[in-house]
Amino acid sequence: MHIMEGFLPTPWWQLWFAISIPVIMFGIYKLNKMVEYKREILPLLAVAGAFIFVLSSLKLPSVTGSCSHPTGTGLGAILFGPAVTAVLSTIVLLYQAIFLAHGGLTTLGANVFAMGIIGPLVGYAIYKAGMKFNFNAYAVVFLAATFADWATYVATASQLSLAFPAETGGILGSFKAFAGIFAVTQVPLAIMEGAVTTLIFKYIVQLKSEALIKLNAISKEGVRKLKGVTA
Amino acid sequence: MKLEIIVAVLVVLFTAQFLYVSSTTDAAFGGADGEAEGVIQDIAPDYDPIANPVWEPPSGEIESLLFGFQAAIGALIIGFFMGYYKGKGKKQSND
Repeated sequence: MHIMEGFLPTPWWQLWFAISIPVIMFGIYKLNKMVEYKREILPLLAVAGAFIFVLSSLKLPSVTGSCSHPTGTGLGAILFGPAVTAVLSTIVLLYQAIFLAHGGLTTLGANVFAMGIIGPLVGYAIYKAGMKFNFNAYAVVFLAATFADWATYVATASQLSLAFPAETGGILGSFKAFAGIFAVTQVPLAIMEGAVTTLIFKYIVQLKSEALIKLNAISKEGVRKLKGVTA
Repeated sequence: MKLEIIVAVLVVLFTAQFLYVSSTTDAAFGGADGEAEGVIQDIAPDYDPIANPVWEPPSGEIESLLFGFQAAIGALIIGFFMGYYKGKGKKQSND
């Protein structure tokens, strides 16, 4: 669930654009590099983008009695890093803003920041740290994707509370209200996203582990371990 | 297969959670963004959105159609390329 069109006053919507645009530009630069030197991984890029398309279209019911949708950005972050994932998220957010009145064009910068930058950044950090310490790769992917999803909604709640501080309690007071809606609703959905991402990661390891090695997402040793263990 | 079973169990638990909440409360299962809009109206009753959506789906049905379309595009691309990898892998091991 993204920030609705028009629901960020000046100067907030400009600020989030100012932060997000350089990251998107860097992502486009990295994409160009990839298209030039690693053409064979392009199908995987399409899969990561399509995964965001599918997951962010599914509005799921949560324990709070309201609906929200996962983000699907964990996979992109693990495979390609946060900057490229920011570009992929921007495409999805544009589609939803233009055709679905979901999110918005003025709030695009803020929504890219939450879904395309903060979420993937958290997921990427967890993934890299977990792999470094040699934890079970599937468990690491699960945690990375779950927290990438959840962090996005914590970021959205933060953005709204910065723009709309409560009269009593200020920014913290608003954050409690917004986090109660976004972050709590998201907990079961984030877990589902983690589970589904782990599954597709497993299939990518089985079908195209060379591409993962080429992307430095996993070592040869790691692939051998995963393929040896029946999971 | 172990991972598939774990994921399947999670999906079942998630469904059970939904059935339980929907049968024990009269929750409307509206969008979380709509609820956030309500909170904003509580905090800043005078706030006037600075922009309106360029286009709005005329009905909930059309909105579902477009969300379904989004999912279909994504699923098609994933299926296509995973199938491509699978076919390619098979060919290599046959050669």
